Amino acid sequence: MAGRTITRADLCEAVYQRVGLSRTESAALVETVLSEIADCVARGETVKLSSFGSFVVRQKGERIGRNPKTGEEVPIAPRRVMVFKPSNILKQQINRASPES
Amino acid sequence: MIKSELVQRIAEANPHLYQRDVENIVNAILDEIVAALGRGDRVELRGFGAFSVKARPARTGRNPRTGEHVDVDGKAVPYFKTGKEMRERLNDGVDLE
Repeated sequence: MAGRTITRADLCEAVYQRVGLSRTESAALVETVLSEIADCVARGETVKLSSFGSFVVRQKGERIGRNPKTGEEVPIAPRRVMVFKPSNILKQQINRASPES
Repeated sequence: MIKSELVQRIAEANPHLYQRDVENIVNAILDEIVAALGRGDRVELRGFGAFSVKARPARTGRNPRTGEHVDVDGKAVPYFKTGKEMRERLNDGVDLE
């Protein structure tokens, strides 16, 4: 379904268009925003961004997995994972445009 | 951390910017991601993660209280896959994937 892939460059452009900063500074600020969020999550803190969604860290216990190719059982080590919970607004935005296909 | 705290932290680190500008920057980024997903595009942020849209087919659901069948329309849902560097940071530098 999807066409294009949006990257940091597109986010920089969006910031550049909206705020009267240079492209260089827009790029630096996009990086600052992302790393601020990442640092917070890495510390185990929840990051809630209203009308967008929240990033939550979950602790997963050890479980037994299986190599789907060989059928071999392998233990999966306990780990911390990052989960994104989309806000209702984000979910609505996505369905307004492309409900199917 | 909530959005206003994020804005405040970035504003403190960039004293030459007005708080209102920082708010606009954060919103520009988030709005761009939402708009992209709305078009069905993918957003890939190396080291952080990737946002994409997945299609959920229509299904027949059931009202758990009455047991009644309900037709549920197909829909699109946002999906986030954590980036490699982020996974490593959460697990003491080891990528367990």
